[in-house]
Amino acid sequence: MRDQRKAVVTLAIAGALAFAVRARTQSTSAPGGTADKPSAVVQPLDTFHVGGNVHMLIGAGANIAVQAGDEGVLVVDTGLAQNAPRVIATIRTLSNRPIRWIINTHVHPDHTGGNEAVAAAGSKTIGGPAEIIAHENVLTRMSAPGRQPPASTAAYPTDTYVPEEKDIYFNGEAVMVYHEPMAHTDGDSIVFFRKSDVIVAGDTFVTTSYPFIDRANGGSVQGELNALNRILDLAVPAHEQEGGTLVIPGHGRVCDEADVLEYRDMVTIIRDRMQDMVNRGLTIDQVKAAKPTLDYDRHYGSDTGFVTTAGFIEAVYNDLKNPQGKPRVR
Amino acid sequence: MKGTVFGVALATAVAIAAPAFAQMSLVGEWSPRYHEDQPDRIPGPELGDYTGLPLTDGARLAADSWDASRLTLREHQCKVHNGPYILHGPIQFRFSEERDLRTQQLIAIHEYLNTYEQERTIWMDGRSHPPEWAPHTWQGFSTGKWEGDILTVYTTHIKQEWVRRNGVPNSEKSTTIEHFIRHGNILSHLIIWTDPVYLSEPLIRSEDFVLQDRTSGNWLWPCEYVDEILDRPHSAVPNYLPGKSPFEGDFAYRYGVPVEAAKGGAETTYPEYQMKLRTLPKPPKPAAGK
Repeated sequence: MRDQRKAVVTLAIAGALAFAVRARTQSTSAPGGTADKPSAVVQPLDTFHVGGNVHMLIGAGANIAVQAGDEGVLVVDTGLAQNAPRVIATIRTLSNRPIRWIINTHVHPDHTGGNEAVAAAGSKTIGGPAEIIAHENVLTRMSAPGRQPPASTAAYPTDTYVPEEKDIYFNGEAVMVYHEPMAHTDGDSIVFFRKSDVIVAGDTFVTTSYPFIDRANGGSVQGELNALNRILDLAVPAHEQEGGTLVIPGHGRVCDEADVLEYRDMVTIIRDRMQDMVNRGLTIDQVKAAKPTLDYDRHYGSDTGFVTTAGFIEAVYNDLKNPQGKPRVR
Repeated sequence: MKGTVFGVALATAVAIAAPAFAQMSLVGEWSPRYHEDQPDRIPGPELGDYTGLPLTDGARLAADSWDASRLTLREHQCKVHNGPYILHGPIQFRFSEERDLRTQQLIAIHEYLNTYEQERTIWMDGRSHPPEWAPHTWQGFSTGKWEGDILTVYTTHIKQEWVRRNGVPNSEKSTTIEHFIRHGNILSHLIIWTDPVYLSEPLIRSEDFVLQDRTSGNWLWPCEYVDEILDRPHSAVPNYLPGKSPFEGDFAYRYGVPVEAAKGGAETTYPEYQMKLRTLPKPPKPAAGK
């Protein structure tokens, strides 16, 4: 009798689970403007197949990487909050499997703004949102009192790590997450899809501007260089220093090792010049007048926008003159 | 009468069999002739020789900062000369055609270059260039069209490398227009190179190649990096601080070229600059020179 009752209870639980799974499955494939399936009026973003299971989404504020396979979808960064419906719509053009994982490369809102909506559109467990992985410092920064813009608790990372790296195995490949201390910020992660052979750099590497050394959020020029050197160590070119491992920058075009190399060289050369100027006691105005970035200004420089040439020079100068910490030299 | 009918029939048959316009073919293996710009192309340019280049101030600083030791860094060792540069360097190449089997329409012209085993595709099927977020390659993305007997090629998505083999860079924003002009067994190549970062005006170069009767030379160029300098920090990038290159002024003094002219710039690329050259002072012996 007890066995019979146990069997009935087990059956009931199994039935409930099956119903829940079915309901979940139906909701992901149902037409209309649900969180899972935005209405048809939402215009998808441009996408680019980078390699293996990995695609790049362009136009959400920052580049987004989407790894899709049988197990579901993993998203690296989620773009600006206002672009989340387009991000979700675009992911649905690549896969109708559940969004299970989000990885944030760092705290800035152009990379984390869509966390809440994208996580809610996904499911790590039945009925639960997608898990959000990030370095512990991302959660610390995001949840800090008075943070601007404020972030909803539903946008917070739910799965933080503290050591140098974290890894998961998803869709048939190892996904390596490396922390880069004091780089663009103090919470940067570089994500390496080992089988797809794609690195997602976050804003430790961009092709559209000088690097943004965000000292207010714990960034430093040596940490930035360490991150670029890490990417060079991970990347293996296919033939004559071309192709092979591909790199998705935080902003800009898809690259390979040779492109990151030129960027690393540039940041190192500018750092060397400015270190010499700091050693000689030049003031920030004297440094600016000496134009230490002249050879790169037509490519990466700007007088307007988020990352200006003057802002970059000031950040490097202040960092060399008054370092906030001492990231080890790789 | 019978002969006339036969002749008309033959002419008609030939006219039908032949294409409406007999297109020039570039197929074959081509070797360069180095009579033009030989010192630049074979032994290679002197450090600090920027003559004849329409450089920006930024390009000049980049070149003055360039230390040849940078080529010993392992990620630099297997870098190749990019598309806009390589036909000016030591090379031979093979043109072949890719045609649709059924329609015989020309899809692409392939150019295999023996220097560094590079392969370039010139798309002839009217396709558009990739979006701005697509990767760049050494050879870039090329589309071509026949303008009479001249093959005109437009190239984008080129990787950063150099304009001259002494550290004068090009940027990834470079684009080129090329003209391949065949005269019998001679092929002339003209390139118009635009780079908003490092060139203040387009750079125009030309080279000549000769069709080879027999295949020759080495067509393979495998590369594997090695550790050339063991006691250097892993993250070091050899470079000269501004004004600290030991070679600064060396080229001008050695060849008696006025310092201003040796630094290049758009003005120095025009014939009338020869008049100004006569008025410029002789170069001084460089303080930091060898």
